[in-house]
Amino acid sequence: MTKLLARFAESALWIARYMERAENLARLLDVNEMFSQDRHDLEEWLPIVTINADDERFHASYPAPTVEDVINFYILDDENPTSIKSAVRSARENARMIRHLISTEMWTQLNMFHNRLATMNRGEIRLANLSPICMEIKETCQTHAGIISGTLYRDEVWCFYQIGKYLERADQTTRLLDIKFQHAARPSDDIEAMTDAGLWNALLRSVAGYHAFRREHPRGFKPEMVAGFLINDDGFPRSVAVCLDELKRLFGELAAEQGRPVPATITGLHAALHDAAAALPLDKARDGDLHDYLDGLQGRFIDLYGRLAEHYFSGDVPPPGETRPTQTQTQG
Amino acid sequence: MSTDAGTDLTDIFEDYSAAGYYCEMLGNGGAPARHTEGLRRQLSELGIAELRRRAAMAERELYNLGITFTLYSNGSTIDRILPFDVIPRVLSKDDWDIINRGVRQRVAAINLFLHDIYHEQKIFKNGIIPAGLVLGNSNYRPEMQGVDLPRGTYVQICGIDIVRDEAGNFLVLEDNARTPSGVSYVVENRHLMLRAFPDLMAGMRVRPVSNYGVRLLDAMAEVAPAGVSDPQVALLSPGVFNSAYFEHVFLAREMGVPLVSGEDLFVDDDDRVFMRTTVGPAPVHVIYRRINDDFLDPEAFRKDSMLGVPGLVRAVRRGTVTLANAIGTGVADDKAVYAYMPRIIRYYLDEDAILQNVPTHICGEKEGLDHTLAHMADLVVKPVGEAGGYGVVVCPHSTAAEIEACRKQVLADPANYISQPMINLSVSPTLVGSGIEPRHVDLRPFAITGDSTWVLPGGLTRVALPKGSLIVNSSQGGGSKDTWVLD
Repeated sequence: MTKLLARFAESALWIARYMERAENLARLLDVNEMFSQDRHDLEEWLPIVTINADDERFHASYPAPTVEDVINFYILDDENPTSIKSAVRSARENARMIRHLISTEMWTQLNMFHNRLATMNRGEIRLANLSPICMEIKETCQTHAGIISGTLYRDEVWCFYQIGKYLERADQTTRLLDIKFQHAARPSDDIEAMTDAGLWNALLRSVAGYHAFRREHPRGFKPEMVAGFLINDDGFPRSVAVCLDELKRLFGELAAEQGRPVPATITGLHAALHDAAAALPLDKARDGDLHDYLDGLQGRFIDLYGRLAEHYFSGDVPPPGETRPTQTQTQG
Repeated sequence: MSTDAGTDLTDIFEDYSAAGYYCEMLGNGGAPARHTEGLRRQLSELGIAELRRRAAMAERELYNLGITFTLYSNGSTIDRILPFDVIPRVLSKDDWDIINRGVRQRVAAINLFLHDIYHEQKIFKNGIIPAGLVLGNSNYRPEMQGVDLPRGTYVQICGIDIVRDEAGNFLVLEDNARTPSGVSYVVENRHLMLRAFPDLMAGMRVRPVSNYGVRLLDAMAEVAPAGVSDPQVALLSPGVFNSAYFEHVFLAREMGVPLVSGEDLFVDDDDRVFMRTTVGPAPVHVIYRRINDDFLDPEAFRKDSMLGVPGLVRAVRRGTVTLANAIGTGVADDKAVYAYMPRIIRYYLDEDAILQNVPTHICGEKEGLDHTLAHMADLVVKPVGEAGGYGVVVCPHSTAAEIEACRKQVLADPANYISQPMINLSVSPTLVGSGIEPRHVDLRPFAITGDSTWVLPGGLTRVALPKGSLIVNSSQGGGSKDTWVLD
């Protein structure tokens, strides 16, 4: 059997990450629009910019920003590498790299998604139309996921794709939680914001988790309950714990495919992440003070990617004097 | 052509006239060609409006499938499809027999010629072709002198451009012995036709083209270095920014081999080639490379090449890897060497050429230059080193000032030019804005050589879409058609 080129493994992983990112952004924008007390109020939208660490770039591009600017920045802005359009373009570019390894259906759907976004204009993403557009993007991402599930051959390419997907999903879940905790703990708000049912309701709906949460917690919304659910629930498909379980299973599949174990540098960090997730500080969650904890998790996800890249994507030690570019996490 | 008796079917070729050119659908003016009768009836049943509807559908599908070539301008990218005409070009069984035998003969002669010039050079000693024309050619690679290749094959993949004159004779316009492109369109055009016109081929016995990838992979295995029983084949591409990247993807997919870039390969100190995989280096034995010689190996050729693999020439000389096509084949498809091809065929094979050349005047030789200057207004003047139709001056279609400019260029550097009489290329009915009109076409059949030579039935029919244009290259407004070979 032909061994998988290191570069192709990297591309497979990044297709998944970019598509997962696009879907999560659409969810976030949709829910922000739906559950803002005043959706025309810029203050309701700026936390998204902050949590994605995009303040500098955003304010440079939009010196006098409006709500529509935030939306444009995250959906259509070509200059913003974290916009949905940029993410889908990058996913397509990576798919082009491994076009010969993926199904025509997978490629065509991604190509059409890219063409659709390339011809979308600002009029289509105005506030009144935002919800249907986010729905369309979300559903297109889900169609992608369905085609992957139905057509992608189960070999190393599949393993790396899935690893990328769960790595990104876990990371996105922590960011989403972070946004909402920061939102709740804004200095202008009083402590009651932490018990604002609308906020937690919105957060859960953005990850399609409201009903699942209700099955676990029939009454009330306590911040520590919501945080616990999104970090540690073992049945919710977007929780950090489920993503970590999937990663563990995928490391096993990868080892079987390659006939050699996943190195301890990677499994060790995975175990540490697992422990960290289990050790969610509920008292801090109660007080809305989760930022440092969540930031710590995100740092470890970045490390985990770094170790994967180092081990699988470098193609062994190149001859002296030769370098090859490595894809960074905010692949521009 | 008449309509079927007893039906009110309107013949969609009723108003069509080939205007004195040889027509691929109707023949040369007498009774319409018999072998296209079934197709003409089917097309008439569909009618123009339906043809247009399906053509639009096919175009949209090409775009969705990403069967595009990429243009770069002002830092942004534009994906363009190669225009596709839905009316097929049909070759009869007899026509195909000539092309098939002629192409195989030519490929055999080219391989023997290359082996000779990179070994004993008997052809110079026998005075068939001037040594200077070959050894002074920029595509001659001294690095290949004395290197033995598996089966003596230099050109595993060859594309030969063939045109048809007013009398219906096939003529070779040029040989492509380096990295001929376009075969992906042959196969994709057929798939597209089968989807857009599932009914059109019914009962027509059109020879299939879909096994090209399997044939190619077999040939690649046949030319692997001696002693390698299960060779690893790879396709080497300049990368996603290359305008032919779609074709590279197609070939890698059809063969089921990795599509690699220079950065994925390296050559070790024992001159062996490896690719970088997720589990470390893995050996590579055969490389179908779609990178020109110049960029292939910065150790041997252009030092600034970022696309190549340092040490690849060492590996070739050591015999640890086979490149398809071999390094240094460009000397065989040079436009000046082309003029000698009938003599080369006779010299190595002791046969007359089955496919004739277009008469060619070499401006680097006094006789050829004199003829070119004396008859310039009637000739087509071509620079020898260019591809893609660039720099070609069709004097009968040019202004006096353009001809004068061309004369100055030829005089300034005669060795860089050849001239040929203008061939009135055959036409093929083509769907255009105003209906069905004749447009000029050529044909590029593709030949694969491993143990033996096989020619893909059909080939790429390129069509010059602007009215009256004779230049079929995609960079100059050319499109393509599905090409049917009847059994």
